[in-house]
Parts: sequence; C-alpha cells; structure tokens
Amino acid sequence: MKQFLEGATSIAKTVALCRPGVIAAYPITPQTHIPEELSSLIANGELKAEIVNVESEHSAASCILGASATGVRVYSSTSSQGLLLMAEVIFNIAGLRLPVVMCCVNRAVSAPINIWNDQQDIMSVRDSGAILFFAENIQEACDLHIQAFKLAEDPEVMLPVIVNIDGFVLSHGYEAVELPSQELVDKFLPPYNPIYKLDPENPLTFGALVGPEWYMETRYAIHHTMLNEVKSKIPKIAEEFTKMFGRKSYGFYEEYYLEDADTVYVTFGSLSGPIKDTIDRLREKNEKVGLLRIITYRPFPAEIGRILSKFNRVIVLEKDISLGHTGGLYSDIVTSVYNYAQNSGISKLPKISGYICGLGGRDVSLEEIEQLYTEKEIFSSKFIGINEKNLGSYI
Amino acid sequence: MFAKMILPSATGLKNKTGSWRMGKKPKFLHKNCTGCRMCYLICPEGCVSGSKKNYDANLDYCKGCGMCVEICPVKDIIMVEE
Amino acid sequence: MIDEKILFTPGHTACAGCGQSLAARLVIDAAGPNTIVVNNTGCLEVFSTGYPYTSWRVPFIHSLFENAAAVASGIEKALKYLGKTDVNVIAQAGDGGFADIGFQAFSGLWERGHNVLSICYDNEAYMNTGIQRSGTSPVGANTGTSPVGRNSYGNITWKKNLIDIALAHRCSYIATATICYPVDLQNKVKKAIKIKGAKFIYIFAPCPLGWGYDPSLSIKIAELAVETGLFPLIEYENGVLTKVKKLKELKPIEEFLKLQKRFQHLFQEENKHLLQIWEDFIKVNVEKYQILEKSN
Repeated sequence: MKQFLEGATSIAKTVALCRPGVIAAYPITPQTHIPEELSSLIANGELKAEIVNVESEHSAASCILGASATGVRVYSSTSSQGLLLMAEVIFNIAGLRLPVVMCCVNRAVSAPINIWNDQQDIMSVRDSGAILFFAENIQEACDLHIQAFKLAEDPEVMLPVIVNIDGFVLSHGYEAVELPSQELVDKFLPPYNPIYKLDPENPLTFGALVGPEWYMETRYAIHHTMLNEVKSKIPKIAEEFTKMFGRKSYGFYEEYYLEDADTVYVTFGSLSGPIKDTIDRLREKNEKVGLLRIITYRPFPAEIGRILSKFNRVIVLEKDISLGHTGGLYSDIVTSVYNYAQNSGISKLPKISGYICGLGGRDVSLEEIEQLYTEKEIFSSKFIGINEKNLGSYI
Repeated sequence: MFAKMILPSATGLKNKTGSWRMGKKPKFLHKNCTGCRMCYLICPEGCVSGSKKNYDANLDYCKGCGMCVEICPVKDIIMVEE
Repeated sequence: MIDEKILFTPGHTACAGCGQSLAARLVIDAAGPNTIVVNNTGCLEVFSTGYPYTSWRVPFIHSLFENAAAVASGIEKALKYLGKTDVNVIAQAGDGGFADIGFQAFSGLWERGHNVLSICYDNEAYMNTGIQRSGTSPVGANTGTSPVGRNSYGNITWKKNLIDIALAHRCSYIATATICYPVDLQNKVKKAIKIKGAKFIYIFAPCPLGWGYDPSLSIKIAELAVETGLFPLIEYENGVLTKVKKLKELKPIEEFLKLQKRFQHLFQEENKHLLQIWEDFIKVNVEKYQILEKSN
C-alpha cells in the first residue's frame, strides 16, 4: 500500500524495518528529520534500538564504528559539514572493514554557509573506500537503504555504504511511497552476525599499527573488493530486490532511451527527474536523446566506458566541482570512455561535455537543461546560470 | 578480499624484547624476599612472575629498566653485568 | 615464564621504564578479562599493537587519535542492545588524546553518562610524536614545541585540570592514581568498574624519555609527585570527595624537578620565580584536598 510521506520520514521508517541495533546522529539541516523520526519510532516502542545523541558528527561516525565492531547493525545520517567532520572516521571505518550504513543528505559546503542542496559534500569522501549510491527519488532512496545493509554486511564485502539523497528535494519532498512489510525485509536481510567482533569470549585486536610491509595490501584489498565482489553483488542484490519486492531496482545504473540515441545525458541523483522530463520533450520532437543515470558511483561502473563510447555526444551534468579541474563525475566519465577506447581499439570517441549546475541550491530549469542539447561547443566544466552581477574583483 | 589485519590475542609474546638491555640485567637474590610482590606489580613489561618468596624476571623480555631494583624494600634484587 | 593471567603481555615496545606501559597493565589486570579496551592513538596504542604483534589478551580496538570515547559509547550501547551488560568498557588515552584533541568526545561520553571507565595516562606532553607540549604540560616544561631559549623558559601555561572538568560533568566516580602505588591504582579500577555510569581515573605516568631521567627512576618520580603535593591521590564518589591520601609533610618540589632534564633550567637564577608558580599550585592542592595530616 502506498503512503504519501516525506522523504526523511520514509527513509527512517525503512531503516527501522532493517532493524539497526545502534543509531547515532547529530543535528544538521537537511538531514535532521531522519534521526528525529527514528527517535520517535524508538520512543513509541516501534523500533528496538539504542540511539546515541552524540556531541558531533565525528562522534556519530565513531560511535557506530564501535557498535559495528561489537557485532551490531548500525546506522547514521548526515549532511555537508557533518560529512566533512566525519571524513576521517569514514576512511577509518572502511579501513577496519566495518559494514556501516549511512545516508548523506547532500548539501553545499561552507564557506559561505548555505544549507541548500548540491553534491559537493560527498565528493570529500569519494576516495574513502565507502560504496556510494545516489537515489533519484524517495522510493529509490528507501529501496537502496535496504540493499545497502545487505551489501555492506556481505562477508565478502564488509565495507561502509553511503546512500546519497539530494537535500530538501528528496529529504523534505513528499511522494507516494511503498514501504515493504517487516516480514519481507526480514526475509531479504538476515540478522548481522560477523565472524570477527569485539567479544571477551574471543579477544581480538582491531586497528593495529602497520608498517610499509603491510599497509599497501589493506588498500589493495578494498580496491579489489570494490572491483570484484562488490561489482558482482550489486546487480545480484538489485535483482533479488526486484524479484522479492516487485519493484525495479537497477543496481549500477539506469538506461533511459539509450537504444537509438545519438546524444546522451549523464548524471546522478534527483537531477535525473528534470533530465528525463527534458528527454521526453525532446523525444516528442523526434530528437534521439537519452539518459544514463549513475546509481552506484563507487565502485564506478566499469561498463560506462563501453556504453558511452558508441554515442556521438555525451553531456555530463552534475552538482559538484573539483575546483581547479572538472566535476567529479565528468572526469570519471572521460577516464572510463578513454580507457575503453584504449582497450578496444575504437578510434571514434564521443564528444564529452561537462556542466556544473545547481550549486548551493541554485535552480536549474528544464529550458537550461534542454539548451545543453543544442550547444555546439565542448566544455569540460561550464557553469550553468552564473550571474555576472554577483562577481567582481578583489580590488 | 581482505588484508589480514585483525590479530588474535597476545601475539606480542613472540616479540622478545630482552635484546634491548644495555649490558645489565636484574638478579633476584632470593635471600631477604618477604613476598611483597612489588617487583611483580611494578614491572613495566609484566615479565616478573613467581609466587611466595620466589620471584624472577623473564630475561627474554626484560629491558633492564631497573625499576624492580629500585622498588624492592629489602634490596633483594640487584643489577648485574650480563 | 610469563604469568598466564596477565592481560597485557610482555613483548610490547614501550621504552624501558615506561610509566604508561606499567599503568596500562595494572589497569587491565584489575579490570579483568571481561573487558573491552578502546584506545586513542598514542604511545600506548603504538607500542602495544605494532602489527603483527599485540600485547592485549582482551578485545582491543584503536580507531583514531580523538575518538576512543565515542567508539566506547557505541560499544557500550551495542553491548546493551545485545544484553551483554556484564562486559566492562574502558576508553583510554594519553594526555594529548584525552585532554586536547579527544576531549570533546570524552565530554560527550561523560555528559551522556555511558557506563564506561575513562582513563587518562598523563605524561604531560605528546610523547609519541617526539615530545611536544600538550594541554597538561606544566609551566617551564622544556619540550619540542615549548623549547627553552634566550626568550623562552619553556612551557608558559599550567596544566588543564581534568579532575575539576570531570566533576563538572557529574561523573559517578573520579579518582587519581599513579604507578608507585600499584595496589591503590588497581583497587580504584576494581571499584570504578563496579560503579554504574561514567567513571574517570586520572593516572600520573612518568616518561623517562620525555622527561629526561634514568628509566629506573619512574617509581621514584611518581612517588615524589605525590609526596610534594603536586599530584594528590584522591577519590570522588557522586561528586563528594571521599578519600585523600594524607601526607605527614610536604617534600620540597625541587626534589621532583631536579631529577628531570626538562626542568633543569628552572634552577637558573633568572627562572627561579617560576618555582613560585609550582609552589602556588601545591598550596591550592593542600587547601582543596586537605592533604596534610593535622598535627595535634
């Protein structure tokens, strides 16, 4: 039965269905409704879990790190500066191979302080060893949370998973959402019971100091796990989810009108909605255009290079920027396509343009998105909608 | 894939730190010992063991700090050349 | 032969005569095998868990420099969730990890009243990185970042008062201890783990390398810290001062200072006024804790 629910509430209710034992979070807009809703579920006796009202995001991540190492399913959520404060802990969680699941409600990064949505925050932990999912809508955000626990806790994976949802757009927006039954979630997600944990019955040491003769293998092992075990499990878990819950889950990416397309948009997160609308409008005018929507950003889907190399034009649109270079997604797309070209010997490569939009909550119109389709020039990091009046010189 | 980073307990016992001593080692004389256990309690290595009035340092680990000599209230432990 | 019951085994790589290694062993042996230890980054973590070696016979986790208290909070809640409330949790750190970078997390742990024993091993500087001043370095201490020079007499600030800070958090049990009184230290640990709530034991842990003295003198220096009134041995239960180690008389602070290289410059004529700061601090301790036995 579908319910008309707020994004954050839907996510909290879904997380509760996953039965976490310890939750820790710290208030930060726009993430706060998630721990608030989880707190009321606990207060009302609808969820049996320990929630810790920590004194910072650094401690939120550390707290669930400790609980996870003790053998309990854990959850946290954060945004923006909160994620940046957690950053070193997230690297640590991945290094310790703990299956922590988190939601990052994407928001701009300070300064200047701005509470609105973009995706610069998550780029700060892109290289941490966490698996990164991006949801397009509230329903997918919920569905990805259930899959996140299953993937993270798989004994061959044991890595953190961060589900990204766009701040306000998805966290505060309302949607008709289908929340699964407890019975079904229990069937999909077995209880978490790791082999190695902090237990006086079998005293183990976690987090030892390692020298150059040991360290490199720890990084190699995470990388290898991402490229092999995680890569093979994501589609399997998505397929199992689709079968069990009767709702399509795509795994690595979604293809939208790609079959006969000449030009393809690439993006992730809720920006996919307006891009799909744009494509629908263009298709009505018989334009051969499609969308490749990235759902799993880390590990980066290896097939992307192959898929994109056959098109004439690729338009990458994203709400983040590696200042002084390009958007994060753009450089990954270019790398993938070039790598594929090198290995397959194809000589004709698509023209790949990169656009930055929507930083700090700046609106992007359908017209602006559509306009990119007709643009002749190629850019690597063109900002959309810059207001020259807001700019000047230091002197 | 995993790097084997989780350790079982007390593997440190394989690391014999006795080679750190700088030419002197403690000698337990077993003459005046009152069995106060102070040498056992204050050894930073935890390498003094025994019972009643019969304690000794395990020289596989003893770093020769001399704290047991300092603490012994009846001067029953002395530092001697190796 | 090695005592099988020892929960912190030999083979660790602390300097000879290390006060912290001794204190850590006394703590865990008193707490017993049904204990999970969480350690901030620092000497203790480095010298006890250099892969592939670990000296711990209890579950041990090190995560980061500043998060042991938060990790311990999560462990305590996980144990509660699992119904394993009989397992003790210790969150421990050196003075830098405790009073400086990790302080916020300890404040959070104490404020929330987790059933965790917090332990600070105070050796009065960042020793693991090679002796730099910390928030608990005393006045005049010569360290890498508070060096003595033509325009400097060493560290210019006095120690952060962790006991008063713990009191302000209403910790259920607060005590000080040091290595020259091992039985007292262990009794305090045993007492602390039986009390519910946030407990704190502050341990004075002399450092031969950082303070500049012969390793055999660790005990002597700890003893002088107590006997000069510099480091009173006290206990607070639910905010009430319940026990103080009384002294017949105070030994002159110079006896404590003169054994350590880090304070040698304090005896030069131009620095003698600094000794007054030490005297004043001791005077406060004497008044506050009534250290001296009343002579009839």
